[in-house]
Amino acid sequence: MFEAIAFYLFAFLTISMFYIVVTTQQALYALTALAAGMIFISAFFFILGADFLGAVQIIVYTGAVMALYAFGMMFFDTTRDVKEKQGNKFIIVGLSTLSAVLVVLIFAAPIVSDNIVALYPMVEGAGNTQEVGMVLFTKYLIPFEVAAVMLLVAMIAGIVLAGKKMDLSLTLMNDAEIRDIDEDKNKKELS
Amino acid sequence: MMEIGLSHYLVLSTILFAIGLVGVMRRKNLLLLFFSTEILLNSVNIAFAAISHYYGDLTGQMFAFFVIAIAASEVAVGLGLLIVWHKRHNNIDLDTMSSMKG
Amino acid sequence: MELFLYTALFAPFVGSMFAAFFGASPKTLIAGIVPSIMLGVSLISSTVLLVFVLSTGQHVQVEMMTWMHTGNLYIPFGFNVDQITVTMMMVVTIVSTVVHVYAIGYMSHDKAFNRFFAWLSAFVFSMMILVMSDNFAGLFIGWEGVGVCSWALIGFWYHKESATWAANEAFIMNRIADLGMLIGIFLIYWNTGTLQYAESFEAMKHLDTDILTSIGIFLFIGAMGKSAQFPLHTWLADAMEGPTPVSALIHAATMVTAGVYLVVRSNELYALIPNVGLFIASLGAFVAIFAATMALVNRDIKRVIAYSTLSQLGYMFAAAGLGAYWVALFHLMAHAFFKALLFLGGGNVMHAMNDELDPFKMGGLGKTMKGTMILMTLASVALAGLFPLAGFFSKDMILEAAFVEHHYIIYTVLLLTAGLTAFYSFRIIALIFHGEDRHTALGFHPHEAYPFMIKAMLPLAVLAAIAGFARPYYFDMVTAILPDTEYHIHSAATYWIMTIGTQLFVITAIYFAYKKYMSSDIKVPDGTSDMENSFKYKLLINQYYIPHFYEEFLVKPYRSLSRVFWKEIDMKIVDATVDGIANIIYSTGENTRGMQSGNLSTMLKWMVTGLVILLSLAVAFGMAAKYTNLGV
Repeated sequence: MFEAIAFYLFAFLTISMFYIVVTTQQALYALTALAAGMIFISAFFFILGADFLGAVQIIVYTGAVMALYAFGMMFFDTTRDVKEKQGNKFIIVGLSTLSAVLVVLIFAAPIVSDNIVALYPMVEGAGNTQEVGMVLFTKYLIPFEVAAVMLLVAMIAGIVLAGKKMDLSLTLMNDAEIRDIDEDKNKKELS
Repeated sequence: MMEIGLSHYLVLSTILFAIGLVGVMRRKNLLLLFFSTEILLNSVNIAFAAISHYYGDLTGQMFAFFVIAIAASEVAVGLGLLIVWHKRHNNIDLDTMSSMKG
Repeated sequence: MELFLYTALFAPFVGSMFAAFFGASPKTLIAGIVPSIMLGVSLISSTVLLVFVLSTGQHVQVEMMTWMHTGNLYIPFGFNVDQITVTMMMVVTIVSTVVHVYAIGYMSHDKAFNRFFAWLSAFVFSMMILVMSDNFAGLFIGWEGVGVCSWALIGFWYHKESATWAANEAFIMNRIADLGMLIGIFLIYWNTGTLQYAESFEAMKHLDTDILTSIGIFLFIGAMGKSAQFPLHTWLADAMEGPTPVSALIHAATMVTAGVYLVVRSNELYALIPNVGLFIASLGAFVAIFAATMALVNRDIKRVIAYSTLSQLGYMFAAAGLGAYWVALFHLMAHAFFKALLFLGGGNVMHAMNDELDPFKMGGLGKTMKGTMILMTLASVALAGLFPLAGFFSKDMILEAAFVEHHYIIYTVLLLTAGLTAFYSFRIIALIFHGEDRHTALGFHPHEAYPFMIKAMLPLAVLAAIAGFARPYYFDMVTAILPDTEYHIHSAATYWIMTIGTQLFVITAIYFAYKKYMSSDIKVPDGTSDMENSFKYKLLINQYYIPHFYEEFLVKPYRSLSRVFWKEIDMKIVDATVDGIANIIYSTGENTRGMQSGNLSTMLKWMVTGLVILLSLAVAFGMAAKYTNLGV
């Protein structure tokens, strides 16, 4: 019974949070609502017994990703309301409803025919984190390593794209050259 | 109703996915478009986790991990590109980004 | 001999084409002279053919080329000159030549001079095709051709609304009748398998009377339109909108006689169905008196002459209906001469009086227009049927035929009409040429027509005078192919009483007309006299209100029906459907153009649309696989 209450409560909260993200005019509200939604989704993971996943969701999504978005927001003028020219509402809502219905139908089909067989069945007795560890470092090792490389690449890309004056290397120049650059900059500002 | 089965989670996931689609189609500000993409990815994560729970299979949770990892890197790169565009054009309205027409 | 046949047929065509070259240019005299010369050539060829047929009694037949040879249907362009044809050819070419020469003078101040001659010669060409053809299809080609040329010539002054209206009325009425004739021709083909005269008449002898009756009736409907029998008669009076030479040629001598020609040509058919013949004769007699009554009060000289044509056509049909085909043809010939003469004289008067047509405004023109007066009086005497002019020989013959065949009602009607004819013809003559001069006070300064025009009219006058004496020769020639019933009244006393009586009756009518209309207190009627407001006058001057009836009950409903069909059905349904199909394609293009606009938002929407489509396909195929056990 508690599960049911929890499920419905968090479901309602999540849906309303994401609805706010999609419809609000102010970017800051959207950001906040998105963060809240992420937290509530991690609640679902805990209900489903995926403890490790829930923790990862909070740390990575809510912590890292939302922080990235918050830093990104600093670059843009967020006090201004987002002005949007609306397209045809009916097409949008209609299309999404239709796709939702279809996806449910598709999901419902194999369940009704009962053809699903577990590929990596859970081991009884161990906690969720141990199980995840056992599968992740044995069966999913290569995707794990590739994901690590990809994260590295993404990090470098982020730095390159967002940084300024990357052609100069401050650590390799001596103090005199750094002072010269400062004076040049001051002269330009004065004149 | 009391007994939460797999179908409940799947319906929830579908609703969230639909909300995400609405956001994707509706939003004209690129940053808010990214938010909607996050919603899509999260709804799919819920579905994976739910199926994995009800079938006793860990594949779902693995997939959810990798989705989270990929989402994180995608956000990094995406925001970087967004910043470059903003420096160049000084606005991020989708309607003005039409250099790929034709 | 074939050479003369082709010359007679195509010379008018050559003249027409020559004049047509100058169609858009201002008046050039050569465009009038060459067609007239061509017609003269045609006249000479026709005369040669006449001499040939008269002397040898043979026919001249050619088959120029095959028109259609599809399956069992074989229709050639074939021509056959026999006695009937050569009579018609002579009539047509004589009157046409005279009219062409006359028209050079009459139309000399008209700026569409060249166009007139092109159409006039084209008309003669069509008429020649009509009379020379040896099958019903060629007849129909000529039939339609004269209809079109008549339309163009009636509406010659097309800037006048009344002229174009009259032209359309004539053409449309003819078309309505042509539908009947087409049905008749179809029935002929269907039942006899051929459209050639000789073969089809031969085959008709073996057909059922009912079918023959329908064929006869339908062919006669066509004749009714062309020859303006009741109820398709209103166009003839209105056709006087065209120039006078047109009226002389077309509506006196040639086109309107095409119906009579058809009946005479089909005499073998009508001989088999005497009931239809009786109907034709009765209708002819009715039309004769009907038209004569309308001519009694009319105040337009050309209309009076038109009604008199209508009346005489009635005579011809009466004769043909009674089986006296050679008499009908003879009357046709004589009538052509004096009626054309009357029209041309009337044209002179009109020109002199600046296109004024009301005889009450004329009077005393005999002093200035002697030549015209003499010619018109001659023509009217011939029309009235006084011995020894041509009308006597032909009209009296018709009366005798009616009497001998014991159709006393028809006889009486035709006799009365003869009296009326004399009366109204001389009413016009008296009003125009005699009596007091009413025209100078109204500001008219008439002068006689050009001398060459008077000279051109002379041949017609001569023929109107002497044609009657050619009757025995004519009879011998024509009865080679027409039934040669001679109408003898057995008792000589009855014959002389009839003849003298008719002559006296006609002379009395003439005298009465002169007395009434030559008196000095004739004034221009202005609508206030008692006579004008009496019922019978109103009835007659409005043509028994028949045109009014047609306008109210036929034309107006048809026009509103056409408007409904146009606005509601054609524009809203048919056009809308076609436009709708085009619109669908166009709008599909317009809408999918958005796919390439480069707008990310639009592309995302299209992406979701594609996703939905793929999902639907997946569901559909999944359902199909599940319920038909195709998939595993």
